[in-house]
Amino acid sequence: MIKLESNWLDLRRLDDLANQKTFIHCLDPCTKLFTTLAFVMIVTSFSKYEITSLIPLTFYPIALMALGNLPYNHLLKRLVVIAPFVVFVGLFNPIFDQSPVANLGPLVISGGWISFISITIKLILTVTSALILVATTGINSICAALFRIGIPKPIVIQILFMYRYLHVLLEEFLITSQAYSLRSFHSSGIHYKAWGSLLGQLLLRTMARAQRIYQAMLCRGFDGEIRLLAMGMRTKRDNIYFVFWLAFFLFCRFLNIPQVLGKLLLEGF
Amino acid sequence: MSHHTIDLTEVLYTYPDGTTALRNLSLHIGHGEAVAIVGSNGSGKTTLLSHLNGVLFPSSGIVNIGGYPVTKQTLTQIRRTVGMVFQNPDDQLFMPTVYDDVAFGPLNLGLPPIDVEKRVTAALKTVGALELRNRPPYRLSGGQKRAVAIATVLAMEPAILVMDEPTAALDPLARRQLINLLRTFTHTKIIATHDLDMVLDLCERTIILCNGTILMDGPTIDIFHDKKLLDQAGLEQPSSMQSCPICSKLG
Repeated sequence: MIKLESNWLDLRRLDDLANQKTFIHCLDPCTKLFTTLAFVMIVTSFSKYEITSLIPLTFYPIALMALGNLPYNHLLKRLVVIAPFVVFVGLFNPIFDQSPVANLGPLVISGGWISFISITIKLILTVTSALILVATTGINSICAALFRIGIPKPIVIQILFMYRYLHVLLEEFLITSQAYSLRSFHSSGIHYKAWGSLLGQLLLRTMARAQRIYQAMLCRGFDGEIRLLAMGMRTKRDNIYFVFWLAFFLFCRFLNIPQVLGKLLLEGF
Repeated sequence: MSHHTIDLTEVLYTYPDGTTALRNLSLHIGHGEAVAIVGSNGSGKTTLLSHLNGVLFPSSGIVNIGGYPVTKQTLTQIRRTVGMVFQNPDDQLFMPTVYDDVAFGPLNLGLPPIDVEKRVTAALKTVGALELRNRPPYRLSGGQKRAVAIATVLAMEPAILVMDEPTAALDPLARRQLINLLRTFTHTKIIATHDLDMVLDLCERTIILCNGTILMDGPTIDIFHDKKLLDQAGLEQPSSMQSCPICSKLG
């Protein structure tokens, strides 16, 4: 359970990071959201055998981490969490796709391995950019941005409430599981027979809480409509930021920079 | 609703599972009074509070707030008049930030943004939590959560404040600050609590509930001097009225 607890603290750490006041943090949430979306779209649009062209795009997350004062270690640690996912997605590529594409001396590299590496780089890039978005913007501002760009309000409110009560639910689960482990001596973890009643309890308590929250909302005049205050303003700085990155992404997309640099180097000598 | 009075006449409430929580309860609370509702667990305190702003409706009998009966038609007006502070602040603070939460009520009242801003600032200033405005509720301490929960209600500018266990789970300092804050309010106050020392500090009148009926209703000081009555209700004298255990041993 210590793992769960540390994950929870990790979540709070992301909040702390989002509360900083750097240049990146002060940008309009919409701008950051669109830039991240553009980045993800560009990265995923590369062909499955592409590796070298993807390399220059790492400049984007690195620059943002530096400008946004984000600790590299912290974000890299979170990437490890998705590592198993990457492995499963790309696992069968080297097995099924064995057409040789390159020779490194006696070593023949198959298309499967190339695409496996490509998938890994793409996943690392996209997940990092999403993490950076959360760590520089915060869930609340992202939700406000989602609402502004026309995502239906009920969905945005769901995300907000989920995030708000995730903390309460986690705390409750931690206490319950602690109470369980203090009175169970047979092993670490929760015995499968106890999961049913444990989760059942949690569900019942959550339903009771939902009822109380609804009452609290009614008491303050809730009429089915949640009114959010408008946040964030698009300024000239935001436009420059977005155009700069979009130009950079497109440049990387349509020009294989490592290849061009290599050619220049070779021609120079 | 110029007179912020509360009248309950022969109120009976039975929960859907068949438990009768209030048995023909009648009481009158006048404008500006500070009244404590005390009683052992399960005596019906929370059920009684829930009737004051239409969270529950009586199975029989009438609840009148400021001369208006609590019905589905008058609910909006009643809830504007009666502000309810819940026992658990986590139930009351559901919005992403403290500011949004305090603004939730005034926005529902349909106030223009500039007035909302004014009310939020004023309410947070009153409870001394203005610097917490941009914090998410889950990053607040117990005392801060309680203060903000009260601010969310104050921002609605109610005439009657109803509080369920306001000092529960507070450390001594936060408790003392809360008592000092509540003392400054001129609202009609109804406080359900087990904290009899706070009652002694804040409420001139006390109502003892026992099994859904009123066991005693009178001046706080008289009630707390009646040990037999307190015993009967499953309560004991506030510690400030008990003789000091160390001194009495020495004596």
